[in-house]
Amino acid sequence: MQIYLPIAEISVNIFLILGLGGGVGFLSGLFGVGGGFLITPLLIFYGIPPAVSVATAANQIVASSVSGVFAHWRRGNVDLKMGLVLLFGGIFGSTVGVWVFAWLRSLGQIDLVISLCYVIFLGIIGGMMLFEASRAIFRTRRKGGGIRRSKKHQHSFIHGLPFKMRFYRSGLYISALMPLLIGFCVGMLTALMGVGGGFVMVPAMIYLLGMPTGVVIGTSLFQIIFVTANVTFLQSIQTQTVDVALATLLLIGGVIGAQFGARFGSNLKAEHLRALLGLLVLSVCLKLLFDLVIEPSELYSIMPGNL
Amino acid sequence: MTFSQHTLRTAIVTAITLMSVALPLKSGKADALVVDLSNHLVAITTGFTGTDVLLFGAVQNEGDVIVTVRGPDQDMVVRRKERTLGIWVNRESATFKNVPTYYASASNRPMDIIANDNVLQDYRIGLKHQRFIATNDIPQAEQKTYRDALVRNMQNVGLFNQRPAKISFLSNQLFRTDIHFPANTPTGTYMINVYLIRDGRIASVKTTPLVVSKTGVSAEVYDFAHRYSALYGIIAVIIAVISGWIASVVFRKG
Repeated sequence: MQIYLPIAEISVNIFLILGLGGGVGFLSGLFGVGGGFLITPLLIFYGIPPAVSVATAANQIVASSVSGVFAHWRRGNVDLKMGLVLLFGGIFGSTVGVWVFAWLRSLGQIDLVISLCYVIFLGIIGGMMLFEASRAIFRTRRKGGGIRRSKKHQHSFIHGLPFKMRFYRSGLYISALMPLLIGFCVGMLTALMGVGGGFVMVPAMIYLLGMPTGVVIGTSLFQIIFVTANVTFLQSIQTQTVDVALATLLLIGGVIGAQFGARFGSNLKAEHLRALLGLLVLSVCLKLLFDLVIEPSELYSIMPGNL
Repeated sequence: MTFSQHTLRTAIVTAITLMSVALPLKSGKADALVVDLSNHLVAITTGFTGTDVLLFGAVQNEGDVIVTVRGPDQDMVVRRKERTLGIWVNRESATFKNVPTYYASASNRPMDIIANDNVLQDYRIGLKHQRFIATNDIPQAEQKTYRDALVRNMQNVGLFNQRPAKISFLSNQLFRTDIHFPANTPTGTYMINVYLIRDGRIASVKTTPLVVSKTGVSAEVYDFAHRYSALYGIIAVIIAVISGWIASVVFRKG
């Protein structure tokens, strides 16, 4: 069954899009990731214009983050103060990002930048995941899993920065500049890549800020909701590329898929899951890289000139 | 879209009636040519996957017929990729003014047999006689490459037809052809020109408009997104927040 997407202005197979949302939802339930970094490239592979894919994925991530944050909020796993500081940086970053997005689009370079960002980030993340997981698989089960974090009171350059703030929930007394900067960078990524940015923010919070792992996910989800909402809003105004029909289809598929994913995931070992996810991320990365490197069959592309 | 035999017959009868009415008024000067469409409105609805519009008509005396369909004009940027640091990057570009967003033609015989290039050129009939004006300074030879690339790209997405479609004559006087509009057909007012050609000269021209517009939910969404973009953004966020919340409630139970 075909449905005509009002903003993307093409007709797509409704079940294919539902399936795509479902598949990515399944994976996000299985691996406990947001899935934005998979949904955007998959939409582009399907033939949705990259600009629409990025803006619409941001809209869909609002929903998936909201559904995730409640559980963390109930358990008190959200450091509200840290979240707000990150958010402050994130709002700035995403606003600048949407502006950069529109500028690159007028230059005709947005598709390239989106692809390059994906190749770089997916390459790094996928490679690290696969490396770390395969090491865990081959290691004997001496120690339990879990991410080891650096000592809480280790002193680095971060502690020399001004504007120190106390974050009670995380038990930190650090400069607000660092979370502001992290928020800013992740906000840029949200605008340019249509991802929540959890895959960058979570490691940054643990390793750069030294936050306890317990509050990291909840706090990043909290921040992602507002940053993706900001991106949705700004893209709607500036580029009119948010397709609510597409977002809704992805959402429905995603919600259902996530339920199955979470159930299926409990039957698998954590390191196997991570290795699988690493492989998946790397294959998406390679496909994008391949498209950039091989000589395209058509060297010329066209675009309406009055954008 | 299928066009029932009965409707077709009615349409042709109507056409002939129209023709016979029109005839006495135009006493011999312009050759009688009557045309009409099965539909003057192509509605892009939520389920739109492309459609065919039937163009039919009648001529009084035998002759050749060419039909051209031209969508609304638009500026187009054509970009060329070059290999830079191992990857393919958009580099040079050319901007063309007055490029039709849709162009199709049809004829009963190959166009170059019907009329010589000068005539086709004068009336700008056929893809190769469309004049696209490059607005930035690029050499003439380059312009040709970009122009060809533009046409090729438009053909690949189905908005320019690869070769003229066939017009079939049902008798010596009645003719018909299908005009195909793909799923990605741009909206706007299209101009359809029908040329009656005899002895290599244009004997008569008829122009009829065709409107392609979005209707139903998708049209309203598009309109809303462009007219009230801030409100649209807020609504998009609200929908996402509510559905995320519903999902979390359902998920907790499950």
